Amino acid sequence: MLNLISTQFSFFLALLFLAIGAIGSLIFAKKDWLANLWGNCLAILASVSGLVAAVKVLFFGETFTYVINSTLPNLSFSFVIDRLSALFIFIISLIALFSSIYALGYVKHFYKKYNLGVLGFFYNIFILGMLLVASAHNIFFFLIVWEIMSLSSYFLVIFENKEKNNIKAGSLYFIMTHVGTAFIMLAFLLLYQATGSLDFGIIKSNIGNASLLTKNLVFIFALIGFGTKAGIIPFHIWLPSAHPAAPTHVSALMSGVMIKTGIYMFIRIFVGILSGTELWWGVLILIIGIFSSMLGVLYALTEHDIKRLLAFHSIENIGIILLGIGSAMIFLSLNLKTMATLSLVAALFHTLNHATFKALLFLGAGSVISQTHTRNMEDYGGLIKYMPQTAFFFLIGSMAISALPPFNGFFSEWLTFQTIFMGIQTQDIFTKSIFILAAVGLAFTGGLAAACFVKAFGVTFLARPRSTEIFQAKEPEFSMRFGMLVLTFATLVLGIFAGSVSKTILGVVNDLTGFQQISGIFFTHRQTFELSNGFAAVSTPTIFVVLSIVLSLIYVLVEILTSRRKVKVGCTWDCGTELEPQMEITSTSFARSIIMIFKGVLKPSKQLEIEYRDANMRYFPTSRNVELGITDVYQYYFYQPLRTLLDRFSGYIKNVQIGILNAYITYVFLILLILLLTQSY
Amino acid sequence: MTLVPILSPLFLGVLRKIKAYFQNRVGASIFQPYRNLWKLFHKDEVISKDASWIFRFAPYLIFTITTILGASIPLFSTLLSTNLLSDFLTIVYLVALSTFFLALAGIDVGCVFGGLGSSREMTLAALTEGGFIFSFLVLAFLAHSTNLFSIASAVSTLPLFSFTPVVLAFISFIIVMLCETAHFPFDNPATHLELTMVHEAMILEYSGKRLALIEWAAANKFLIFLSLGANMFFPWGLTAQADIWQVFLALGVFVVKALILTTFVAVLESSIAKFRFFRLPDLLFTALILSTMAILLIY
Repeated sequence: MLNLISTQFSFFLALLFLAIGAIGSLIFAKKDWLANLWGNCLAILASVSGLVAAVKVLFFGETFTYVINSTLPNLSFSFVIDRLSALFIFIISLIALFSSIYALGYVKHFYKKYNLGVLGFFYNIFILGMLLVASAHNIFFFLIVWEIMSLSSYFLVIFENKEKNNIKAGSLYFIMTHVGTAFIMLAFLLLYQATGSLDFGIIKSNIGNASLLTKNLVFIFALIGFGTKAGIIPFHIWLPSAHPAAPTHVSALMSGVMIKTGIYMFIRIFVGILSGTELWWGVLILIIGIFSSMLGVLYALTEHDIKRLLAFHSIENIGIILLGIGSAMIFLSLNLKTMATLSLVAALFHTLNHATFKALLFLGAGSVISQTHTRNMEDYGGLIKYMPQTAFFFLIGSMAISALPPFNGFFSEWLTFQTIFMGIQTQDIFTKSIFILAAVGLAFTGGLAAACFVKAFGVTFLARPRSTEIFQAKEPEFSMRFGMLVLTFATLVLGIFAGSVSKTILGVVNDLTGFQQISGIFFTHRQTFELSNGFAAVSTPTIFVVLSIVLSLIYVLVEILTSRRKVKVGCTWDCGTELEPQMEITSTSFARSIIMIFKGVLKPSKQLEIEYRDANMRYFPTSRNVELGITDVYQYYFYQPLRTLLDRFSGYIKNVQIGILNAYITYVFLILLILLLTQSY
Repeated sequence: MTLVPILSPLFLGVLRKIKAYFQNRVGASIFQPYRNLWKLFHKDEVISKDASWIFRFAPYLIFTITTILGASIPLFSTLLSTNLLSDFLTIVYLVALSTFFLALAGIDVGCVFGGLGSSREMTLAALTEGGFIFSFLVLAFLAHSTNLFSIASAVSTLPLFSFTPVVLAFISFIIVMLCETAHFPFDNPATHLELTMVHEAMILEYSGKRLALIEWAAANKFLIFLSLGANMFFPWGLTAQADIWQVFLALGVFVVKALILTTFVAVLESSIAKFRFFRLPDLLFTALILSTMAILLIY
């Protein structure tokens, strides 16, 4: 059956479904339930087609190229889906599928408050934009669909426009994404100037002639431009405000998939087109990866807004992916292609894994928020008794993101560690120290992420409720739970079948230029992953099976031996007083120790206000107020000075426009004179 | 597989006996921990009504993990070198899994001290992971493999002058061991003051068979770290043959090595005080730096 449908057909079918979904949602906007059903069901159908197309390319190798020439000069709608695009289309479609299933139930709480037709329209256009970004092959076409993706996500971020914070978040996102797009355009224009063509394929073949300066500039501009979309530090400031502002299923898509389009273009440009020629490129990306991962998780620990916490974890995981890409580029520049393949497999596998468990976590957070109507974790507590299934899904997501075996996060972090270890073993002292730093960073990141998710899961779901809304919470409806259930299953499956998945991803990497027929860095035998030089081996199914068997054995043994003991349900030890919600650990206090240890980086602040009964005596306080905060270093040291500089500069430029007509005529005359003089030479 | 659970309370008993001698007491017999476990398994349990299935499930998982770890590390032989669970990163992350669930169980009952203990435990666990991974990394680079059995057989054949990195890594590992097994200067396993507890605070609400499982798991963890320290860094005495006398000899050597380390921990616990909590990260970073220096010494 699969043989009858070609890749081309299913891909364009997906695009068609999304277009119909978008327009249909607008048409049916008056009837909430119809707009919801239409928009999301067509997105589901489109995601299934996208999955089919991606699977056909990845497993059957049916890559496709399609060009529609337009009448406008230099613009041709050329699509090329090779294995790398197919992997990203797979990730996009997978997450879009489950987000849309989730959205069927989730958007019901927007009925009568917001326009669901607009939501369906921009949602479908957003997925359309992402699918096109992964397949575009012409510079202008790429820029057009990149804009489509950014603009539709902007409108989705400000969808709940009655909250002022969402509008502010949207504006920041809008500005940052366009700053990024400007740098991307600069990079692309340089590429066009160096190779004379707008097609990625032709650029790839001609780029060898370009000067080193051009390549370096393209690297810097592309790093800043795509890095802004990916959310690397210090261009990440839009991420923590934009992801919480959007509706949950959109946040899942943005955080799990949209920032990966930045990674997709990193691999396309740095590894595909530029072929990673300079050593310092890889070192720079590795250093950015180290900073992004460590700072991401440290800032996540300071958060008590559950969605902001998850957004910072996206920054952390992008850092881990960049560790893989940076190592790959270092190895490429030294022509160690076998080792570079391992790094790229690690980075791409982590991309896939992060998309799955981040979407799962966001959907879980969204279910909690929809029941409790607050994002503040300090108001949660005890939800495991009211929403047991959601709690279980969130627990699996937390375990996956903390890289605990046997889930998928463990395997991709293991792979990233192995590639960094290879770097330590084989490189000279300078690169070796960078790799050692990377290993230190990754080790700390893993531990701190586990701490952060103990906090997130524990404060949200365990212990007693901290506010009265919790008592009204109940399980969300079936479609929301179904979306989360399948994603949970996916994290386990990806973890256990990691061997097969890494083989498929190896096929993706082999498809990139210069990597053909590079294999033998690792081999997988019945899901046991082993490095070829015998350095390391891991088998996630063994871990899973052994854990389950021994656990059941011990449980049965203990139950049999202690069957006559009784279990009494009593009260938690309360030291003789009443048990109050204030007695439980809060998310702020849980992380306070870590914040104090890293206070050089996080710069925490504490403000204490005490009101006394008698101002002179200052002995009996009537009220105490403590405010704990974190300085926003990026705003303070980077963006604010930049903005002040820009303001001052514009102030000087303003003096040119004095308003006197004679001055303007003088300007025109001077410019003409200069142009004529320069032309004559 | 059952060797570690059977032997571990004995080493705990020896540790307490030596500390008792330092305190000029006779102390309980070295078999007292066995009696404690027997007593706890025969008691009824009281579980808080705020506790969820995580509280009920965690002790089984933690005990399972320590049993599995006990079976995956070389105790007295290098015969099982194809054991797929013996990759050191897998070991580190399995330990992290047990800490994760223990911390969750501490928060689950909504007790004041449980939350405090979980917060401190996760802070220390996050910082210890670096030193833990790096101390084994030194050995892995020397042995060109991350499999613990291969490391053990390779380190035993190293020439003498390449032992400096091993010694540095061993010091770093000792610091990590003291942290993970909740001994001085990180945590006082015999304290009754809840505000100074780290590990004990998380298990305050446990009783009966679940408490027995958790205490047994803690003893297992102690023995696991002792064997890792003894057999990874000083692997002489491990047998490579299946001959019955060799196995007994290797077991004897293992017990002696572990007892030496136990004595060291006991002497340390009797001589120094527990550090203030915010001095502990300095110690953990020192462990990391020592291992990093060891790595730089190798190449």
